[in-house]
This record gives sequence, structure tokens and C-alpha cells, in this order.
Amino acid sequence: MATVSLESLKKSYGKTEVIHGVDIEISDGEFIVIVGPSGCGKSTLLRMVAGLEGVSEGEIRIDGQRVNEKEPMDRDIAMVFQNYALYPHMSVEQNMAYGLKIAKMPKAEINARVAEAAELLQLEPYLKRRPRQLSGGQRQRVAMGRAIVRRPSVFLFDEPLSNLDAKLRVQMRLEIKNLQRELGVTALYVTHDQVEAMTLADRMIVMNEGVADQIGAPLEVYANPQTEFVAGFIGSPPTNFIEAEILGAPAGTKIGIRPEHVAIAPVGQGRTTGLVLYAEPLGAETLIHLTIAGGNAVTVRQDGAVAIPSEGEQVGLSWREDDEMRFDASGRRL
Amino acid sequence: MAHDAHTGMVERRGAGLWLTHLGLIIGVAFIFFPIWLAFVASTVTQPEIVRPPMPLWPGDQFYENYSKALTSGINAPVARMLLNSAIMAFGISLGKIAISLLSAFAIVYFRFPGRHVFFWLIFLTLMLPVEVRIVPTYEVAANFGMLNSYSGLIFPLIASATATFLFRQFFMTVPDELAEAARVDGARPMRFFVDILLPMSRTNIAALFVILFIYGWNQYLWPLLITTDPSMNTIVMGIKQMFPSGDDTADWPVIMATSILAMIPPVVVVIGMQKLFIRGLVDSEK
Ligand SMILES: Nc1ncnc2c1ncn2[C@@H]1O[C@H](COP(=O)(O)OP(=O)(O)OP(=O)(O)O)[C@@H](O)[C@H]1O
Ligand SMILES: [Mg+2]
Repeated sequence: MATVSLESLKKSYGKTEVIHGVDIEISDGEFIVIVGPSGCGKSTLLRMVAGLEGVSEGEIRIDGQRVNEKEPMDRDIAMVFQNYALYPHMSVEQNMAYGLKIAKMPKAEINARVAEAAELLQLEPYLKRRPRQLSGGQRQRVAMGRAIVRRPSVFLFDEPLSNLDAKLRVQMRLEIKNLQRELGVTALYVTHDQVEAMTLADRMIVMNEGVADQIGAPLEVYANPQTEFVAGFIGSPPTNFIEAEILGAPAGTKIGIRPEHVAIAPVGQGRTTGLVLYAEPLGAETLIHLTIAGGNAVTVRQDGAVAIPSEGEQVGLSWREDDEMRFDASGRRL
Repeated sequence: MAHDAHTGMVERRGAGLWLTHLGLIIGVAFIFFPIWLAFVASTVTQPEIVRPPMPLWPGDQFYENYSKALTSGINAPVARMLLNSAIMAFGISLGKIAISLLSAFAIVYFRFPGRHVFFWLIFLTLMLPVEVRIVPTYEVAANFGMLNSYSGLIFPLIASATATFLFRQFFMTVPDELAEAARVDGARPMRFFVDILLPMSRTNIAALFVILFIYGWNQYLWPLLITTDPSMNTIVMGIKQMFPSGDDTADWPVIMATSILAMIPPVVVVIGMQKLFIRGLVDSEK
């Protein structure tokens, strides 16, 4: 239970800088998700907080205390790894107890904590098993258990669900969220899956090539992206980008409009016309893919009950001016 | 015909099965026959061996020959030589395993200046077996006063790279995340080594122990050089020294008894460790 502050945090490997200065104040008990495409520096950022990577510049404070020089064990954090990193030769019980044993905690207390975590994670039947005798989801829980028993101030997760199948992922996502709420522990969670990010986060950090493009609550980031990258990355299907010139706005700038904000209109009406390429009826909704003048691709997301235009048809596209997002040539929101 | 060979191996039935076994039995008998002859020779009297035809069945001198070999031998009692060999073989295998585990740990997990240089230096010794560096090694051992001593038998043979190399390869397959998890759990490097790395390497250690024990047990040239006192002789070189020089008659029953005795410890180690091997294989972690 602690606050975490990152202050112009930078990381370089040799001469190449991979994190270009990240600032954030995380309050006690907050769930922060770091999201971004592969290679943008999410793991590096998390590992710096964990103390597994050195800090090149800037400062990390946990509960107001500078921890840059501290070993991971002295930072009062616990980490869950992507491949779980369970000790293969130890039983589930020993895996969870290992950190406490090193901390020279009395046996009775260790047992009590392990039992408590096992109950919370429904691991009681498996305590004597080795990790390889467990399913992926159970291993994941053991990794969580190992983090919980330490009662850390901060949980760090590096893509903990990426090795699970889709269904289990949804279930574990809920469990992680509930657990974090119940324990009230500050959490930093890395993922490249925007659904995970949207559902878990109190606030999310959208990373792009070592820069935190935007930090904010998921719905706020979705509704009000600060950069072209964020608008394109968050949301599925992604935001449509149209060269503003086509619509009579200044050249070089772009207009972003979310698929659900575009509607099909009769030809000649609406802001522009498009050629229907193909439609994907998904039941509840239909995705219609079009091209418009200048070759830009546009996707329209409409209710499943609305009539679907046929392929090759020319249609008008309309949207409200309020829903438009304008970006300058460098991708900044205007 | 029922084809239920689900193991991917060809399953033979009827005559085929018996023929296969017959082939195997002949093979085993062929390999085993000289050992059997040695055993027979160790249980009869000297005149019985020299007089043709050679006996094919054990005689009644088992106890006499073996107790003579064990207690007095020819130059030194065999019991003494067995002990020397055992100390040497254990010393070499345990020493090598300990040193190579530690050096592999250092090379894989620590970034220190000259890491690569050290690795290549160790690697270089792979190309220099005992026989190649025997003269300088003898010189060094002699200067340190290690002639006719266990340390002289053991230490010069401990330094070698094979095992270091093997453990290095194994450690590199251990995921980095495991070391990081241990670090987050608060394990200092040596703690990680003892609690995580060692138990994970135990099948490798067992395999290496068997190989190194036999390597140590079978050393011939080095003990021959470094020991002159019969009470420091090892069994393998001891057998050779039992052969008579000149016109003396060889005491073949005792020599054969010694040979049989010399074979037992390696066999015991192989069979004993085999269980650990197989348990390690079935139990395979990772
Ligand atoms: N040890 C290293 N030496 C040099 N460059 C590195 C090192 N580790 C990471 N990088 C670089 O740092 C950048 C960020 O890596 P990082 O692992 O943080 O990405 P990520 O966002 O976690 O990606 P992913 O989603 O694929 O895990 C990458 O461009 C990577 O090439
Ligand atoms: Mg990563």
C-alpha cells in the first residue's frame, strides 16, 4: 500500500535511449496499466520499477522514498512474470513460501500466510504438487500467490495472461482485478492487449516508442486521445484517419473519426462519399469497409439491424463535427 | 495380426522374438566370457591355471585367493589400493563438480571484466589433457611436495574444462526470469545458486559424477608418475605392477582376484547412480 512516483525516468542501453522520460504519480491502491505495441518499452519501464534494470536518468520513489539504488527485495514490491518463473523443483507451497523463508519469517507465520493465499486463490488441493503438474491457469495462480504472500506495497505484472487461452484470460483478468481491489495494493500491469488495459485500469499509460503518449482513465483516453498514435492504438476496429485536405481543412493535418461515429447516408449527402468494399456482419453489429477519395480506408460500425449496403455501391458518409478529432502533421491533437 | 505397437518400435512375436533374444544372449556371452574367465582364474590354484586345458568352472580357492589379495597382495595389499583409488576417484569427481559448478555460475550469471577471457582460458584447457601437460604438471606437483600424497593424485586432475562447459550450457538454458524471480524474492546470488540452480542441476550432476568417477578410477599414467611408495598405489596401476619382471612366476589367481575387485566399485557406482538417473529422467523438471 503505497504511492509510486516516476520522475522523468529514462533508460539507455549503451547509446540507444529506449525510454525517453516518463512522469507519473500513482496514488495508493491505484491500478495502472501500461499498454503499447511490442518493443515500445513497457517491460523495461516495469523492470526499472522492480529494480531488475538500472535507471539511467530520473527518479523512482515508492512511498516518497527514492529507490533507484535499492535491490528488488528492499523495494517492497512483488512481481508476476510472463512465464510465471515458478521454481520447478519446489512444490506449490514451497514456491509461495520461498521469499518469506529468505526473509527469516517464523514458520508458523509463513504457513498461515501460504494457507491464506491458497484459500484466496483456490490452490488448496494443489499445495503439494510441482509446477509442471499444474495447468497454465493454476500456475498463473501460484505466481499470484507468491506475490500475495509477501504483502508488498506494489504489485508488478508483466503480461501475466499472455500464455493463457482466450477464455481463461477473461476469467483470470477478473480474478486479478478483484484480488487487487480486495487487497488494496497499488498495481502496475503491462500488457499489449487493449481490452485487458481498458477493463483493468484505473488509469492507463499508453506507450509509444519509449514515450508515454497519454496517461488517463481508459474511457477518457478512448474518448479524448491526445495523439494520432493513441487514437489509432486504442479502440477496435481502429480510428479512421482521413487526410484533412479532402474535407477542405488545412493540408497536412488529419482528421480521426471512430468507426461507430460514422453513418452510411444516401449518395450525395454527408461529408464525403465512399465505395463499399465489403461488409462483416457480426450479428449485433456490422463492420463496413470502404475507400474514399484519396484512397483512405474507412470502417463504419453500425447496428446489426441497420440495412447493409451492397459491395461496389457508392454511399455517403456522415458524422457529427463534435466527434471529429483533428491531428497536426506531427500527430498531436489540435 | 494385431498391430498394437503404439510405442513406435517394431514389436516382434513368436520366432522373431526368440531370435532377437538369442542374438542378444550370444552378444552378452561374448562380452562377458573374458570376465568369467578372470573370475574362474581367481578361484583356482596357480598350477591349475598353468596346466592346460584352462578351467571353465570356479574352483574352491575363492576365499584363499581373495583374502590373500586384499590383505597382502603382491606389492601392497589390494584393500589399501582400493582405498587409494576410491579416495582419488571421489576427490577428482567431487572436486571437479564443485569447481565447475562454481565457475560456470560465475561465467553465466556475472558480468565481470575479463569474463570472456576467462571462459576461453578454461576452454583452452580442454585441448590440454593430462598426457600433454604431464611434464610441467609433474614439476609443479613435485615442487609443492605432493609426490606420494592424495593431494598430488587429486588436484592436478581436477582442473579441466569439460564439466565447466557442460554446466555453462545447462545454466544458459535456465530462463532468466527464474533468476529474476529469485532476486525479487530476496535471494542473494549464492542463495540462488544453492536453492535453485543446484537442485535443478542434480540430474546433470549425477550423470557427470558417474563419468568422472570412472575417469578418476581408471587413471593410470598420472598415479604411476606421482606415486612411488607402494602404499600410495592405486588399483589400476597396481595391477600392472603385479606382473612379474624377469623370471619370477606370476601369481595369476591373486592378480585375477585383484582385477575382479578393481571392477566392482565402478560397477556399483554406475548401478547405484542409474536409479538416480532414471528418477531424474522420469521426474524431468523444466
Ligand atoms: N538488454 C537490452 N539491450 C539493448 N536493447 C534492449 C535491451 N532490452 C530491451 N531493449 C530494447 O528496448 C526496447 C523496449 O523493450 P521492451 O522489452 O521494454 O519492450 P516491450 O514494450 O516490453 O515489448 P513486448 O511487448 O514485445 O514485450 C526494445 O526496442 C528493445 O529492443
Ligand atoms: Mg515485454
